[in-house]
Order: sequence, then structure tokens, then C-alpha cells
Amino acid sequence: MYLTLIDYWTIVLLLLLVTISISIYFIKDLLHAVIVYGAYSLIMALIWLQMNTPDLAITEAAAGICTTVLMMVVVFRTSRKEEE
Amino acid sequence: MRDFVLKRVVAVIIPFISLYGFYVILHGAISPGGSFAGGIIVALSVIAFATIFGLDRAKEKLPEKILVWTDSYGTLWYVLMGLVGIVKGVPFLSNRLAGINLGVPGTLSAGGLIALIGIGVGIRVASTMITLFFTMMEEEK
Repeated sequence: MYLTLIDYWTIVLLLLLVTISISIYFIKDLLHAVIVYGAYSLIMALIWLQMNTPDLAITEAAAGICTTVLMMVVVFRTSRKEEE
Repeated sequence: MRDFVLKRVVAVIIPFISLYGFYVILHGAISPGGSFAGGIIVALSVIAFATIFGLDRAKEKLPEKILVWTDSYGTLWYVLMGLVGIVKGVPFLSNRLAGINLGVPGTLSAGGLIALIGIGVGIRVASTMITLFFTMMEEEK
């Protein structure tokens, strides 16, 4: 099977996405987990853009920022460390 | 968080963020974007204002009463646009069947009723997001 340069980029981004999703489970500090979730949303927007759906890319970027801000407010209002 | 440079930069940027949000809402029918993404962008400009200038000043500009009104009447606007089809004797939310001239494809009026529906949905999404943010911010006393 012949892969173009765009396909290699997509594979790299998808591997990064899997790594980030697994790492959110292991992070104990909730503020750091929210920041990593923002990176997840950004990479997901890039993947939508490479799959030729700019509509979903704009929605993902806007909604990702908004939910990240809301979750950050919740983290500041409650405790920052995860309870064992 | 109450920095002078931050306040001046945000005061310059916020109108453009809001304008871009309304652009995405209005052109949702013919270009990438849509009323959901545009409404969230409009809400983000208000959230940035409330984060930098404080929650009390944001509540002076956008009282709870206005948010409740836009929240309710945005949904009602969607139903009113849908009822245009029923008044004409064709199914709910019908566009071309209701006898609306769609014009030249690619222009802003080519969406027919869709562009008008998008305004209501965008305003409703924006007010919902702003209400969520205000409720979470004022929780702690």
C-alpha cells in the first residue's frame, strides 16, 4: 500500500491522540489533566481538518476551548488533587 | 489576573472575536462553521471579558433577565420559522416547498430560511454558555 506524506501526518497525530488519552488517566493533578485535555481537543481539530471536514474542525476548536475553560473554573472551585 | 497590559489587549481584541462569531453564525448555511460554533465564539468573547474585568462588571452589562429572554426567545424563533411551512400548507421546516425564492447558489440568500434559523440557534447557544459560566463563577462565597 502506498502512503503519501499526508497519511504519515495523520498516523503521527492519531498516535499522539492515543498517548494523550491514556496519559489523562494516570495524571493525578487535575489542573494538569485539564491542560492535557486542551491539547487533545487541538489535535482532534487538526485531524478533522486533514479528513476534509473544516466544519467539524471549527466546532471542535471552539467547543474544546469553551469546555476547557469551564472545567478549569470547576477545578479552581473544588479541590485540585484527586482523592485516593 | 488584574493586569494593565492584559486589560488593554483584551479591550482591543474582544470586539473582533464577537464580530467573527456573528460572521460564522450568518454564513453558516454556505460556508464552514454554523450556528453552534458561532454561538460558542460569541460566548467566548463574553467569557474573556468576565475573566479579565471581573464578574460584577460583566453582570452589569449582561443581566440575568436579558440572558433568560434570549435563551427562551431563541428557541421560540426556531419554532416560528418552522411554522412558516405549516401556514403555507406543506410539512414543518420546509424551505423550497413553502415557495421561498432561493436565489443564486453560493450567495448569502441561497439558504432560504436556514440563515434565519441559524440566528436563533446561535443566540440561544451563546446565552446558554454564558449562563453556565456565570453560574459556575458565582457559586463560591
